[in-house]
Amino acid sequence: MATLQLRNLRKSYLAHEVIKGVDLEVADREFVVFVGPSGCGKSTLLRMIAGLEEITSGDLLIDGQRVNEVGPADRGLAMVFQSYALYPHMTVRDNMGFALRMAGVPKPERARKVAEAARILQLEPYLDRRPKELSGGQRQRVAIGRAIVRNPRIFLFDEPLSNLDAALRGQMRIELARLHEDLQATMIYVTHDQVEAMTLADKIVVLQAGRVEQVGSPLELYHHPANLFVAGFIGSPRMNLLEARVLGADGAGVMLEAAGARLTVPAGGASRPGAAVTLGIRPEALRPDPAGAFAGEVRLVERLGGLTLLHVTLVGGEAVVVQIEGSDPTPAHAPVRLGVEGAACHVFDAEGQALPALGRHPLAA
Amino acid sequence: MRSSRRQMLLATVLGWGAALLLFFPIFWMVLTSFKSEIAAIATPPQFLFAPTLESYAEVQERADYLHFALNSVLISVGGTLLALAFAIPAAYAMAFHPTARTRSTLLWMLSTKMLPPVGVLVPIYLLFRSLGILDTRSGLVVIYALMNLPIVVWMLFTFFKEVPGEILEAGRMDGARTGSEFWHLLLPLSVPGIASTALLSLILCWNEAFWSLNLTTSEAAPLTTFIASFSSPQGLFFAKLSAASTIAVAPILVFGWLSQRQLVRGLTFGAVK
Amino acid sequence: MSFTTLDQGAEVTAAPPGARRRSAFPLLAPSVSVLLLWMIVPLAMTLWFSFQRYNLLNPEVSGFAGLENYEFLVTDPDFWASLTNTLILVGSVLVITVGFGTLLAVLFDQPFPGQGVARVLAISPFFVMPTVSALVWKNLMMHPIYGVLGSLARAVGMEPVDWFAEYPLLAVIVIVAWQWLPFALLILLTAVQSLDHEQKEAARMDGAGPVAQFVFITLPHLGRAISVVVMIETIFLLTVFAEIFVTTSGGPGNATTNLAFLIYARALLQFDVGGGSAGGVVAILLANVVAFFLVRSIARRLEV
Repeated sequence: MATLQLRNLRKSYLAHEVIKGVDLEVADREFVVFVGPSGCGKSTLLRMIAGLEEITSGDLLIDGQRVNEVGPADRGLAMVFQSYALYPHMTVRDNMGFALRMAGVPKPERARKVAEAARILQLEPYLDRRPKELSGGQRQRVAIGRAIVRNPRIFLFDEPLSNLDAALRGQMRIELARLHEDLQATMIYVTHDQVEAMTLADKIVVLQAGRVEQVGSPLELYHHPANLFVAGFIGSPRMNLLEARVLGADGAGVMLEAAGARLTVPAGGASRPGAAVTLGIRPEALRPDPAGAFAGEVRLVERLGGLTLLHVTLVGGEAVVVQIEGSDPTPAHAPVRLGVEGAACHVFDAEGQALPALGRHPLAA
Repeated sequence: MRSSRRQMLLATVLGWGAALLLFFPIFWMVLTSFKSEIAAIATPPQFLFAPTLESYAEVQERADYLHFALNSVLISVGGTLLALAFAIPAAYAMAFHPTARTRSTLLWMLSTKMLPPVGVLVPIYLLFRSLGILDTRSGLVVIYALMNLPIVVWMLFTFFKEVPGEILEAGRMDGARTGSEFWHLLLPLSVPGIASTALLSLILCWNEAFWSLNLTTSEAAPLTTFIASFSSPQGLFFAKLSAASTIAVAPILVFGWLSQRQLVRGLTFGAVK
Repeated sequence: MSFTTLDQGAEVTAAPPGARRRSAFPLLAPSVSVLLLWMIVPLAMTLWFSFQRYNLLNPEVSGFAGLENYEFLVTDPDFWASLTNTLILVGSVLVITVGFGTLLAVLFDQPFPGQGVARVLAISPFFVMPTVSALVWKNLMMHPIYGVLGSLARAVGMEPVDWFAEYPLLAVIVIVAWQWLPFALLILLTAVQSLDHEQKEAARMDGAGPVAQFVFITLPHLGRAISVVVMIETIFLLTVFAEIFVTTSGGPGNATTNLAFLIYARALLQFDVGGGSAGGVVAILLANVVAFFLVRSIARRLEV
C-alpha cells in the first residue's frame, strides 16, 4: 500500500511563487505522469515530494501520514535522476547497495537484494564495473536498480529517459511499463515528452506555471481537454485551432461559423450568439471530402508512409494540418475541401475553457 | 595538407624553443653544479667538461643538507595538512550551504592574502619571541597554514562546486547524513581536487622564503634558509652555489614533474568551466 | 580592514539544487576565526607600533609618537620610490606573464612531437624557490663577466650588460616574470584546452584566419582565466621579497626597493619598529586599495 496526497502544496523562492497550490491524489500502484513545458514546475513538485525541496505551505501525505518535515531518506521513496547521478567512484554493485549500507543492512542481505535487482534488470554481467564503463542504457538501468533495491513505497522518476537516444528511449519506455507491472509499485514520473506520458501513465497531470491544468487518464486528456492549454499540449501534430463565432445553440449543440464554414458541435454550456470562441479540431478528424465544409489549398504534403500530413491554408488564411491514414494522393498546391465530424470538434470559450462535450468518448469515460 | 605540416613544424620549433629557453637557467644550474669552480667561471661558458662531485661534497661539509631538507619536508607537509584540516570544512560549507554572505566571505579571505607579510612581520616576530616559538618547526607550520589557507579554501571551493548536485541528492535519498555524505561521496569524488590543492600548497610552502628567512635561524631552518646562506660573499663560488641550489630545488622539482598532470588539471581556480 | 562590505550590491547567491537551508557556519567558523586573528592581531599591533617611538637597539627612544612616523615616511623619498617600484614591478610582471602565457598556451595547445616533455620543461621554473632562482639569475645568467648573457653578448660582438648595476629593476622584473610565467601558462593552457573545437571550426568556415580565430574566439574565451591569473599573481607580486633580498637588497640606492623591502629594511635592518610599522600600515592600505579595485573588476566575472 502506498498512496500519496498533495493538499494545496505551495513553494516560493523569496517572493517568487513557483508552485501555486497543487492538489492531487495518487492511488496505490498508480503510475502518475507530470507533464508540462519546461519551467512549469513539474520537477520542483517532484523534488518537493522527494524531500529535496522544502515545502513552503500545504500538506504532503504518504499513506495518510503528513511527511512535510520528514527527511528525504526517511520518506520511503526512491528517485531516479535525469543525469542518473550514479556514484562515479563506486562499482555498480556498490551503487545499488549504497542505500542499504547507509541503512545498516547486513552484508549478506545487501548482496541478496542487489543480486535480485540485478537479475530483474539484467545487470548481472556488469556488477563490478564502474558507471563510466557502461553505456547510457546500462547506466539508466543501474539508476533504476538503485531505486528497486530499496523496495520503496513510491518510485520517483525525473525525466529519466531524456539523455537517451530515440531508439533506446522507446525500448526503455517499454521496460519501465513492464517494471511497473512486475513491481506493482506506485510511480510518479516527470517528463516533457508526451509520448512517454501517454504510453506510461494511468493518470496524467498537466502542469503550467505552477498550476495543475488538468488531471486525467491519457485518453481523457486527449479526447476531452479541459482548456486550450491542454488541448494544444497533448497530441502531435497539435490540435488545429480556428477562430470561430457562435451562431446559436440548441439541444444538438452549438452552431458555429469558422473559416467560412458552418457546423454544429455537440457541446453544451452557455454561449451567446455572436460570442467569439475557438474551434479545435484534431488533425486526424479532418479529411479531404469534395463535399466538405472547409475550402482551402494544400501548401505542403509530408508523406510518412503510414501517415500523410497535409498542410492546408483555408480560405480565411488560417492554416490547418490534416492527418490521413496511409498514403494519400493529394498533390501539393491543389485546391481541396475538408470535411469534419462535429462530434470530433472541441469548442473553447473566450477564457480558453472547453465547453462541456455532450457525449463522452467511449474509452475516456 | 602541406599547410598543416608546416604548422606542425612551426609549433614544434616554437614550442621546444620556448620550453628550452624557460628551462635553460635550471639546466645551466645543474650543469654548473658538476663543474669545478674554475670550469664554472670559464669564459666562454663550457658545455663539455670533466664532471666532478666536489662541489656537492663541499656544500655538505659546510651545512648539513639533510637537516634542512627534513625541515622543509616536515614544515611543508605539516603546513599543508593543517591548512587542509581547516579549509575542507570551510570550503564544504561554502560550496554546499551557501548563504548571501558566502561570496563576500570568500573574497574577504582572499583579500587577507594580499596583506604583505612584511606589514605584520614585526608583531609576528615579537609574538613568536614572547611565545618562545622562534626557530621552531611548529611555529612555521602554523604560519604556512595560515598563509595558504585562503588559496586552499578557494581551490577546494571551486572543486566542490564541480561535484554534481544530483549525486549528493541521490546520496540523501539513499539515506546518507551529512557525515556519510562527506566521507562516502564528497571526499572520494573530490580526491583529484584535494590532491591538486595539496600539491600547490606543498610547492608554495617549500618555496616560501620570507617567513622562513625571518623566523628561523638554524634549528628549524628549511632549505630556503640553507640556500640564502650561500648568497652573499660565497656567491661567487658558482659551482658550490649551483650544487646547493640544485639539491635545494631537486626534491620539489622532481615531485612537481611527477605530479604535473594532476597540477595542470587542477590549477584552474574555477577559471575553466 | 575587511572586505565583507565590499560587494553588498552583489546579487544573493542562489542556492544550488543540492543546498540545504540549514546553516553550516560551524564548519566555516574555524577558518574564518583563525584568518580573522591572523589579520587583526598583527594589524592592531602594527597600527599600535606605528604611533610609537620604538627602536629595537635603543630603548631610550620610546613613548607616543603621534603621526611622527607617518610624517617621516611620507617625506622620505625612498618611500615614494618604493611605491612606484612596487607598482612597476607588479604591472610589468603581469603584462609579461599574461601576454607570453597566452601565446605559449595557444602554442602548447597545438599537437607537436614531444609536447608533453616540452610542457614539463616550460613549467619547471614554477617549482624553483625564489631564493634559488634569484641567485641563479644573478650569478649564472646575468653576471657581467661570468654570466651566460654576458658571454652571449660578447659572442655577437656587443658589450655585456651589468644588469644589476644598469637596469636593476628590469633585472628583478625578468627574474620574477620567469618564475610566474609557468603559473600563467598552466592556468591559461587548461582554459585554452577547454575551448570547444567546433567553435574554432565554425569560425574557420566563416573565413576567420588563425589571427582572427585567436582574437575573436580564443581570447574572449580566456577572459575568466586571465582574470584569475591577474588576481592570484597580484596577491603574490605585491609581496615580492626574497628575490630582492637575495639579489640587490633594494639597491643600488633605492632602485629596486619595493614597499615590502622598505618595511623590512626600516624595521629589521635599521631596527626602527615604529617607522617600519608605519610603512606596514601603508602597505596594508595599498593592498586593500588594490584588492578593492581588483576584486571589484575581476571577481564579478567569476562565478563565486
